[in-house]
Amino acid sequence: MMSLFDADKKVIIIGDRDGIPGPAIEECVKTTDAEVVFSSTECFV
Amino acid sequence: MNYPVVKGASYILVHAEDMVIHNGTTQSTERVINPDSEYLKKLPNHLRSFDEAVNYLPNQVYIGNYKPEDLKNQQQPWYQNPLKDADRFGKFGEMMPEDEFIGLIKIVDVFDLVKLTKEFTEEVKAKLEVHPLIKGREDLISRLKTGDELSDIEKLIDEQGAEPLITGGNTVGCVKRAHDVDENLSAHVLFENLVSKASGVLAGLNLIAKNDINPDDVEYVIECSEEACGDMNQRGGGNFAKAIAEMVGLKNATGSDTRGFCAAPTHALIVAASLVQSGAFKNVVVLAGGSTAKLGMNGKNHVEKDMPILEDVIGGFAVLVSENDGVNPILRTDLIGRHTVGTGSSPQAVMSALVTAPLDKGNLKITDIDKYSVEMQNPDVTKPAGAGDVPTANYKMIGALGVMRKDLERAEINDFIGKHGMEGWAPTQGHIPSGVPYLGFAREDMLEDKIQRAMIVGKGSLFLGRMTNLFDGVSIVVEKNPGKADEEKGVSEEEVRKLVAEAMRDFASHLLQD
Repeated sequence: MMSLFDADKKVIIIGDRDGIPGPAIEECVKTTDAEVVFSSTECFV
Repeated sequence: MNYPVVKGASYILVHAEDMVIHNGTTQSTERVINPDSEYLKKLPNHLRSFDEAVNYLPNQVYIGNYKPEDLKNQQQPWYQNPLKDADRFGKFGEMMPEDEFIGLIKIVDVFDLVKLTKEFTEEVKAKLEVHPLIKGREDLISRLKTGDELSDIEKLIDEQGAEPLITGGNTVGCVKRAHDVDENLSAHVLFENLVSKASGVLAGLNLIAKNDINPDDVEYVIECSEEACGDMNQRGGGNFAKAIAEMVGLKNATGSDTRGFCAAPTHALIVAASLVQSGAFKNVVVLAGGSTAKLGMNGKNHVEKDMPILEDVIGGFAVLVSENDGVNPILRTDLIGRHTVGTGSSPQAVMSALVTAPLDKGNLKITDIDKYSVEMQNPDVTKPAGAGDVPTANYKMIGALGVMRKDLERAEINDFIGKHGMEGWAPTQGHIPSGVPYLGFAREDMLEDKIQRAMIVGKGSLFLGRMTNLFDGVSIVVEKNPGKADEEKGVSEEEVRKLVAEAMRDFASHLLQD
């Protein structure tokens, strides 16, 4: 079955300072086969 | 322990309508990449007048004329429910219009970098001469001088890279560059630094005036904005603190700058408390001015939703930390939270380090803190921009930690947020909404016996500087002063020790004589 984070998927992460920051999302995605190509945290305030 | 106290606080806003258009980075970036954009065309129609900004409830809360709890009684969005005839002067500070503020920028400039037209100088002088905090300060008013010819100012703007000073749609002056090559002394950087300095000075003047403080008693100033002043050989050399102290008239003070993005005010508060508690200084002021770069930061969303541009004010604040007087709220320097290098970045890890770690040190429950002052951004600004209600998001996480610790039941989270949280009222000026906006109210509420404890939480986005991916934050507990009892006990213990020492010395000298 296809999953969202297959080995052929490249992931761009944009985290939120007051929500879930980039590095935290990155840690989760690292447990899958997908490749993180960009991870950053933004601050809108 | 003889904790230091929060002896006073001030909060100021500057309504800077034209600076939204000309100096906010969202707008200046748009002018570079998309100069004919619909946004730039529509923007001027979405700006508020000074009176509209004064009658805006969150601004009135910021300067102390209304209380945070008043926000709950007014339906959101607050910009749709304006107040009537609100006062520009507040219990904690004031709101200054743009023209007076441009006058203040000229006043705080000591390098003749700011040029104002003769006509504008005359107009603004007349206004500042009746300003309650500036009218008696001939040393400040005389710094306005007599002004320059508009043609000379236009020449500086057109040929010398000077930054125009615009208000009411008219060029009334400029900020010159201070070096031909050095970008750190460019007109743009100097303009931003002078805005930060002038708004910091206004906060300092209000702190002294509204809290009946003798300026000669202030020994140290910590400035905690997000600007950097220096030249190409020392880009962030500083020292805004001393430059601001000079203009406020704190002649017995020196100082230094503390940086840490939005977390800097809470860092500065902890440093100030430590300096006072150690005995190094008796009175330390923590202060910061605001930033023009952030004006209209979420403007595109506001215009798209046919709202007024709410990010039209520059913020500033000042706090006096002093020796324990047995009256004012104490800063519990033993109950400090820190996001450390090893803490991790998950929201749970962040909040545990900042909130529950200091509570554990004091054997306190989450519900023992009456009010949490987190990132107090105004949701009117952030919700339409898709950033949500920032204070509420923080309170939900604190409540969830409370459930995990069994300090409250899961079903009690909403009650907890209502009772221990607050609606945000501060402008999105980075460091300005971070933890410190509640300090003035916390002091009042503790003096009036309404609350026992508050926690001030500051968070900073260090990753924006591209030096680390780490986030940062610190927190400190503020508590109602238990009164003279502790102090007297401390003194009497000290006296007992002194008496014992004296007795032993006497005994020893008798032995020697014998």
